[in-house]
Amino acid sequence: MVFRQFFRRNDAVLMSVLVDENTRLLVQGLTGREGGFHTGQAIEYGTKVVAGVTPGKGGTVWKGATGSRNVPVFNTVAEAVETTGANVSVIFVPPAFAADAIMEAADAGLPLVVCITEGIPTFDMIRVKQFLAGSNTRLIGPNCPGIISPGKCKVGIMPGSIHKPGNVGVNDDPETHAMVLIGEIGGSAEEDAAQFIKERVRKPVTGFICGRTAPPGRRMGHAGAIISGGKGTAADKIAALQAAGITVAGSPALIGETMAQLLSHQHEQ
Amino acid sequence: MKIHEYQAKQILGRYGVAVPRGEVISRVEEARVAAERLGGGTVVVKAQIHAGGRGKGGGVKLARNSAEAEKVAGDILGMTLVTHQTGPEGRVVRKVLIEEGLDVARELYLGLVIDRAIGRPVFMASTEGGVEIEVVAAQHPEKILKESIDPGVGFQAFQARKLAFGLGLEGVQVTEAVKFFAALYRAFEGTDASLTEINPFVVTRDGRLLALDAKMNFDDNALFRHREIRELRDLDEEDPLEVKASNSGLNYIRLDGNVGCMVNGAGLAMATMDIIQYAGGRPANFLDVGGGASEEQVRKGFEIILGDPNVRAVLINIFGGIMRCDIVANGVVGAAKSLGIKVPVVVRLEGTNVELGQKILRESELNFTVANGMKDAAEKVVSLARH
Repeated sequence: MVFRQFFRRNDAVLMSVLVDENTRLLVQGLTGREGGFHTGQAIEYGTKVVAGVTPGKGGTVWKGATGSRNVPVFNTVAEAVETTGANVSVIFVPPAFAADAIMEAADAGLPLVVCITEGIPTFDMIRVKQFLAGSNTRLIGPNCPGIISPGKCKVGIMPGSIHKPGNVGVNDDPETHAMVLIGEIGGSAEEDAAQFIKERVRKPVTGFICGRTAPPGRRMGHAGAIISGGKGTAADKIAALQAAGITVAGSPALIGETMAQLLSHQHEQ
Repeated sequence: MKIHEYQAKQILGRYGVAVPRGEVISRVEEARVAAERLGGGTVVVKAQIHAGGRGKGGGVKLARNSAEAEKVAGDILGMTLVTHQTGPEGRVVRKVLIEEGLDVARELYLGLVIDRAIGRPVFMASTEGGVEIEVVAAQHPEKILKESIDPGVGFQAFQARKLAFGLGLEGVQVTEAVKFFAALYRAFEGTDASLTEINPFVVTRDGRLLALDAKMNFDDNALFRHREIRELRDLDEEDPLEVKASNSGLNYIRLDGNVGCMVNGAGLAMATMDIIQYAGGRPANFLDVGGGASEEQVRKGFEIILGDPNVRAVLINIFGGIMRCDIVANGVVGAAKSLGIKVPVVVRLEGTNVELGQKILRESELNFTVANGMKDAAEKVVSLARH
């Protein structure tokens, strides 16, 4: 889940919007199939894509499938940042090389790195986490859809058309009136988030936990989505959210209704 | 990925972890010779299946000589072993490990896992070996010693000494244990294991330290760099439908309900299972057909879902984000026509070109029920599965 990272840092502060019209995006893996396709979509959405990085293709210009794009390609992230002033990187490189790509982006001083790649070995991510500790780089992902600020900037693989500007978010910002927290089985990020919300958040929060029907001991697609040793069950997470005052929707179809009710109650008060 | 005990011991042996001498056999006739090669004395015959609790289920037996080893191996080979981890259907034993009998003085526990909360490997040790560690963790958590490992420098000798002294080892055993633990960590990291468990880790009466049992699971995402481990996969230990799905690049897990589900995306697939239960039904499977949901993928998905005889109705839940719904709908229609599907199929499509996609489904003259939204889809499919 995208927002897990928001609560992981020791210096957790409620975050403001991460990407907007000032974002200058660099794409690692731009010349690959996925990277090229989603970069085209991002440009059409209005995102400023300033550079691509593909080792060995430095000095070329990426034209895209339509032949109408003009994005300069560099051999290294450091060179791309220095030349173009990129301030966010999105990573589409294959899993075997993704950890290296994240570290390269952090080494170049980028404050925000969004890694879309799925299937990175666990030990690689343990080393990346260690590498990032103490740096100023915030990593979103890996194995995530990315981030979107509706109408402003799209960094990821989500379709732009399904997002509308509004005031319900996964982060805190003066424009945000309420929050939705979506979690799934495995790990303890939802419990950590519940504790954080209990202590720090005064806006209405609706929760949903996916995986009530997941059998124990089986990995449900996502790397961490597994109930192991009786830990990480949906029931435990729902209880933790409820104990923190979060209203939990029983079905994904009820998230919107639940949020609407919370907001109308708040309005009445 | 899981492997057998004998395979784990072979890997550990290569990393310098002390394991008992033994041989794996798959035919009864080989038992006597194997036992004789081990000295002709007492041996242990151990069923090789991917599940714990083998001893209680009658899959681990002692034999005092090579003649008895042959008899015991004959009893175990071919048996359907039922343990608390196999489910009631059990597993057929196709291989047994014949190992030298050891005079055991102490049974201890060692385990290596990744602690997700701290993002590091953790080395665990306990004096309570030979029993399930989950039970120890629940009843006597203080009896599990833990050392978290800095991935930058790896497992350190001082950590190994803390564990060794904590286990009550003395004198030269501490030195041996430090070597043993270091080798075990090297094996764990070197193979990209997700779990390595030595239960029991034994001290023999003559003071030797050995891995009497061994379990290793591996990170599937890292198998690309471990060809030798990929080759250890035993398809007999996996559900045939799950094997077929993984060969087709689909992520499928069989469950025990009667509503088949085909979904794009793991999160949506799990949410779909949940909403089926919320509507009063039971999902027959988890199936993620991937982001594209092409006709070919949908066809493979159908073949696998319908390979489960319990399935009474199928729910297709596709979010056509970047993939257009009309393309998905054509894929579903094409696959359903070519396979001649008999069970009712409910389709929920959402996203780009959704109206066109629904029109294609309605005009296909196939037995599709087009649903509006996930709630409607779940209620319809659960109702159809009842009839």
